[in-house]
Amino acid sequence: MTQIYLDHNATTPIRAEVLEEMLPFLRGKFGNPSSIHWAGRAVSSAVETAREKVAALINASPSEIVFTSCGSEADNLAIKGTASALRDKGQHIITTAVEHPAVLESCRSLEAQGWRVSYLPVDTEGQLDLAQLESLVGDDTVLISVMWANNETGNLFPIAKIGEIARKHGVMFHTDMIQAVGRVQLDVKAVNLDLAAISGHKFGAPKGVGALYIRSETQLEPLIHGGHQERNRRGGTSNVAGIVGLGKACEFAASEFEQATDRVRSLRDQLEDGLFATIDNIQLNGCVDRAKRLPNTLNLSFAGISGESLLLNLDLKGIAASSGSACGSGTLEASPVITAMGVDLAMAQASVRFSLGRENTPDEVEYVLSILPAIVERLRSISTL
Amino acid sequence: MKKRVVVAMSGGVDSSVTAALLQEQGYEVIGMTMQIWDYSSFTAENGESFGSCCSLDDVYDARRVAESLNIPFYVINFEEDFQRHVIDNFCDEYFAGRTPNPCVLCNQVLKFDLLLRKALELEADFMATGHYAQILRRDDQLALVKGVDDAKDQSYFLFTLTPEQMAKTLFPLGGMTKEEVREHAVRFNLRVADKAESQDICFVPDGNYVRFIEEERGAGHKDGEFIHHNGQVLGKHTGIYRYTVGQRKGLGLSWTEPLYVIGINAETNQVIVGEKALLSRGDFELHRCLWNIATPTAPIQVECRIRYRHQPVEATVTPLPNGGASIAFSQPQKGITPGQAAVFYHDDRVIGGGWIA
Repeated sequence: MTQIYLDHNATTPIRAEVLEEMLPFLRGKFGNPSSIHWAGRAVSSAVETAREKVAALINASPSEIVFTSCGSEADNLAIKGTASALRDKGQHIITTAVEHPAVLESCRSLEAQGWRVSYLPVDTEGQLDLAQLESLVGDDTVLISVMWANNETGNLFPIAKIGEIARKHGVMFHTDMIQAVGRVQLDVKAVNLDLAAISGHKFGAPKGVGALYIRSETQLEPLIHGGHQERNRRGGTSNVAGIVGLGKACEFAASEFEQATDRVRSLRDQLEDGLFATIDNIQLNGCVDRAKRLPNTLNLSFAGISGESLLLNLDLKGIAASSGSACGSGTLEASPVITAMGVDLAMAQASVRFSLGRENTPDEVEYVLSILPAIVERLRSISTL
Repeated sequence: MKKRVVVAMSGGVDSSVTAALLQEQGYEVIGMTMQIWDYSSFTAENGESFGSCCSLDDVYDARRVAESLNIPFYVINFEEDFQRHVIDNFCDEYFAGRTPNPCVLCNQVLKFDLLLRKALELEADFMATGHYAQILRRDDQLALVKGVDDAKDQSYFLFTLTPEQMAKTLFPLGGMTKEEVREHAVRFNLRVADKAESQDICFVPDGNYVRFIEEERGAGHKDGEFIHHNGQVLGKHTGIYRYTVGQRKGLGLSWTEPLYVIGINAETNQVIVGEKALLSRGDFELHRCLWNIATPTAPIQVECRIRYRHQPVEATVTPLPNGGASIAFSQPQKGITPGQAAVFYHDDRVIGGGWIA
């Protein structure tokens, strides 16, 4: 059966070159990078080279990169680690209503410990009101956490401007930039970031590895206590192969940036234009201005049908897309991100996200365009919604 | 072109065998599980925790079986619908002095409506379940017929099925005994072959429905009177939802003879009790009758079953203008319980039914 993968915001395939780079560390080079002997030395340089590549991609220093087990751990470390370190300074955090659960749930766990958290709302296009954000900053505010790009709509947030607000008020600034890596130019210094979370598997590295950028001199309590790895900021033996893969993927994200983003943008535009041309009563969820969205993401609501039914039909035709976020049992619920934009429940439940990636082709998009309108028409004809 | 069938998989033996058998028979099988109730937080008073037909453990089992059969598998979240149509009704019925039957309702409103629609949305030709019942052509129409395993027959729970639903439904286990199904499970090497039977009411896994209702609706001041059939007030009770017709235990009343609940009056908040002989009645009324034959206009002879495990008894059904019916048993029956379904049979065929008023 045809298999077309349009769910790159969920995860991406490991690039062949990334896997090649990793393999020696899954075979012969087994050492612990913390060891002083030959076995350790054989791998520690690979870990540090990877650290340099991650740092180079986002204009950080290698010493500012801490490897983690995933993006969620990086977000948890940024938020809870800052909270632990700064709790005497104040106990207020500002974030947005549309963050990834790794951020939202970290904030909620702090709320349960007595912290105050402000969840900045979004408008109907999913954008923030920066004046409102600034008005929320108080004497007790210690952290602003705003994602660089939204995983569901692809919306890009004005990180540089938020960085200015954070600097002006002397507040720490964290971003979950997990969806932005490889899809947007990233410079953590230019936008005054203190903390930024990365996840490997969203851009061609394997699952099980992430990183947190921690600006030097930033106070942070570790989340995982253990050995002296990662300059005492994250205990646990390094996931050497994963880290090496992450480094290689960052290298590609830097070297192929223009070409890769142009290519995926044209595919996304082909899909977006094609669907709007052939299907009535569909609504874009996110910024109408494509320049304010990730180049690979398209989130649409198909009026009158259930997004879940459309997804299952697409799956049976070999097309992988997504909707909302999967919960414990694998069921789908209306996306809190889409409902936060004021989209009514029926349209929120009618939403489907297409997120493209480097291995997609124009022919694949054509195939989707050739079958999707008929599925929508059929579902609408039998719908009781 | 293979016929496509969506199998409603609960994670139990019956629906797992259903999926495997249909696949063996050449169908393109898709597994689907309704997530209707999350038990992850449920723990009984004694600390025992439960799996039940809709817990995450069972979703896990269903998924693993589907994976072993290499079929697509989807979990559909019906928690809201289940709450609205089944749980809320369950509580409302108890507060109205009736004893609800949530399984019939779940089949009617969820499985054979919402889930069937999901199946049709996937261009399925059929939906299949692991029920022990049969859909056979009788008198040139589709008829709901008892499963051949008398001990397992579930036709009672399915009396609401319409001809349109039956035309889209497969019950591959209806012609088998439970033992044969277990043998198939072993033959297919299904991981759930030895799994225990599920509970009668999946969302009350410890059987303590009173506690469930109080968790749902809160325990309030719902005290009322125990009143004897002869009109004498015998004491106070702590809420009519705690009682069901035929109940003897837990009344805490002293009387010359053992007393049973023989009726509940929600308007006066009274639980009516009486001696054992008063439990048996020969006549009662139904409302909201459904027919799988041409709706009768004159009295009709049937065998009538008034709860799942009840052996059908000959009765005369007289249709009423309001869509209900009055029933006269050939001999008085114990435990005619408002809120339960009464289902009519002609031999092994379900010809209709209704709800005991």
